[in-house]
Amino acid sequence: MLRLHRLSKQYQAGDDALKGVDLEVPDGQVVALIGPSGAGKSTLIRCINRLVEPSSGQVFLDDEEVTALGSRRLRRTRRRMGMIFQEYALIERLTVMENVLSGQLGYVGFLRSYFRRFPTETVQQAFQLLERVGLTEHYDKRADELSGGQRQRVGIARAILQQPDILLVDEPTASLDPRTSRQIMRLISELCSERQLAAIVNIHDVTLAQMFVARIVGLREGEVVFDGKPDDLTNEVLTEIYGEEDWQTANDRTEEKERAAKESLEEQMKGLSG
Amino acid sequence: MTDTPFDARTWRPPGLIRSSLWRWLLAVTVAIYLASALGSLEINWLRIGQGLGRGVTFLAAFATPDFVTHWRDISEGLAESLTMTGAATVIGIALSLPIGLGAARNIAPMPVYLFCRGVVALSRSFQEVILAIFFVAMFGFGPFAGLVTLSVATIGFFGKLLAEEIEAMDPVQAEAVQATGAGWLQWIDYAVTPQVMPRIIGLSLYRLDINFRESAVVGIVGGGGIGATLNTAFDRYEFETAAAILLIIIGIVMLSEYLSGLIRARVQ
Amino acid sequence: MAGDGELLVWRRRTRARELLVWAGWLLGVSLFIFCWQTIAANTTWYFVADAPRVAADIGDRMVPPKWSYAAKLWGPLWDTINIATLGTILSVLLATPIAFLAATNTTPSTRFVRPLALLIIVSSRSINSLIWGLLLVTIIGPGVVAGIFAITFRSIGFVAKLLYEAIEEIDQRQVEAIAATGANGGQVITFAIWPQILPAFAGTSVFRWDINIRESTVLGLVGAGGIGLELQASINIVAWQQVSVILLAILSTVIVSEWVSAKVRHAVI
Repeated sequence: MLRLHRLSKQYQAGDDALKGVDLEVPDGQVVALIGPSGAGKSTLIRCINRLVEPSSGQVFLDDEEVTALGSRRLRRTRRRMGMIFQEYALIERLTVMENVLSGQLGYVGFLRSYFRRFPTETVQQAFQLLERVGLTEHYDKRADELSGGQRQRVGIARAILQQPDILLVDEPTASLDPRTSRQIMRLISELCSERQLAAIVNIHDVTLAQMFVARIVGLREGEVVFDGKPDDLTNEVLTEIYGEEDWQTANDRTEEKERAAKESLEEQMKGLSG
Repeated sequence: MTDTPFDARTWRPPGLIRSSLWRWLLAVTVAIYLASALGSLEINWLRIGQGLGRGVTFLAAFATPDFVTHWRDISEGLAESLTMTGAATVIGIALSLPIGLGAARNIAPMPVYLFCRGVVALSRSFQEVILAIFFVAMFGFGPFAGLVTLSVATIGFFGKLLAEEIEAMDPVQAEAVQATGAGWLQWIDYAVTPQVMPRIIGLSLYRLDINFRESAVVGIVGGGGIGATLNTAFDRYEFETAAAILLIIIGIVMLSEYLSGLIRARVQ
Repeated sequence: MAGDGELLVWRRRTRARELLVWAGWLLGVSLFIFCWQTIAANTTWYFVADAPRVAADIGDRMVPPKWSYAAKLWGPLWDTINIATLGTILSVLLATPIAFLAATNTTPSTRFVRPLALLIIVSSRSINSLIWGLLLVTIIGPGVVAGIFAITFRSIGFVAKLLYEAIEEIDQRQVEAIAATGANGGQVITFAIWPQILPAFAGTSVFRWDINIRESTVLGLVGAGGIGLELQASINIVAWQQVSVILLAILSTVIVSEWVSAKVRHAVI
């Protein structure tokens, strides 16, 4: 069971991303986390495996207090929490198989992983998982040769190969078309029920969430404002969660892109020095 | 729309600098600078007039380069330059890999970062030739001083660019590998290396090229290699031999650019 | 494929590739050892072992810097900056037409003119400015003028290369749009191509100027003017306290020029 106790996160810029979130996810339950951009969904998920360090509060996985672990123990606990990302986050220049096997990095030593000598059973499991997600014949391709849906399947296989107890899923369908989105959500929910995995799924598509999960949690400005069954999600509740449009975030994105483009030109110039 | 009659409006192309005051100020400054800079040149027209004749002789020497007379010196200098280049590139890159990792703000802790940035800044602050002068004073004449010079210069160049490349990597891929519970070395191997490898290879080849060109220079101050041979040739006004050496250098640089183009296309 | 009982094996590379990789490493390592040994054979190890002592000795003799000497450096420093600046201006003027002749989309002939332009570029780039300096001092005599031309000849290739790459990367549709208005060749260049490469042009020029400041500090070592002349003279008379003043002067000039170039590039890109 995963339990969050008064989990808060304040970024250095000063904004409160999470304000004392309490949440319990029993074993095997799939929870969708909905809410507008900037509500703190990604921060919440990243605070659970401490990719983002929470400012205060606690995270418990079964009896273990994740927030109190040293770096070595934290790595061991991260093995139990598989993560699936919005933009797939595959290592683009490694092959599909290497990407899937990277899910086992927490289990094997450095030299073994460096020479890509993973245990035979692990490789068997990886092949089985690739078959399960329908990518058997692609195992030797480089990850950047795949389509978006295929990449997300690789990301899912990587997370499952960790032998996790819980999946942390961050906007798995945000970069996919509607049909692929459904397939991916179906795959995730099937895998969870096959393997009795709990999952927290950040998702902005409310209808998609209602289709595949048993419980929905609504987050607004870092606080839980709804927790219930998909059917209880009335229009009033949705208005409470989403409120008005959040234009600010969109503006930030554009500025970000312009800056990135400018910087990359700078880089090129620097690359030619000497 | 205003009622301004059409013919009363004028349009001027927008200048590079909007404010006309700054534009004028800049133009005047540039003019004054150019006038005083050109004015301070002491041009000895007589000497240049003599030189033109010699320049023509030199250009003619390119048509009849003399590889033979001093072939012994040329081949020895060349071998020294090439071995110096190879060894310095390997040593320099081997040393700059950890320094580059340490100088990347997104993966190194603050003290390590400052130390590595310091090393990079230090080795970049002086021209190779100045470094060479000091290393020749320290290690004596010969290729060892050249080797150390080129290795140090490589650290500054490579460490800086590698660190910048790591800082520009995709943080989400790095996060994904962290989320699997990977250790630090595994994280470097699975998340960082694949992202920066093409750049490492490209930069290594580029640096090899630069080191060869620089190896021709360290010889001028006693650091061994083809530069010493070239210097002697100029001192004795043996333009045919000098032309031969320059042609060899140009040829090797062309060859290496061609080869590194091929390799870079393959590792993308 | 999976699941029918047979053991599936995954290798990162095929056996043949694996062998190839090992062979590559073997070749590389032995090449390095060969290079190292050649150098080691030509090295007097006694001097190398003695180096720390010598370094400490030189360091000792460099402090305190002889500050009074700094007043004599303004002239050479002015020459150094002039060498870099005038050389850069001259090289940019010469490199621009060469870049247009070298770019595949603007060259009048890929068969004859382009290879010639590329040959000029590679020759200019292959030869270090110090060697250009050596050559020019031999031909037109020592002095600032030789330095300016040394910088010019070295920079032409650099500037032209970056510029022609920028020209080749321009958006061809803008060129088509201007050409479609009935513009002639010169108009296409000024209206469609030039605005697109302007940032690269300005950035490259300033960047090269920054590099040239560094290079012009040492041109004096071969007699081509600037602060390097003082450096050479001070080293010759083993005046290490003057050397340290010169090095500090060079260092501050380089830092200032790097700062200026970074500012300007930031403004134009």
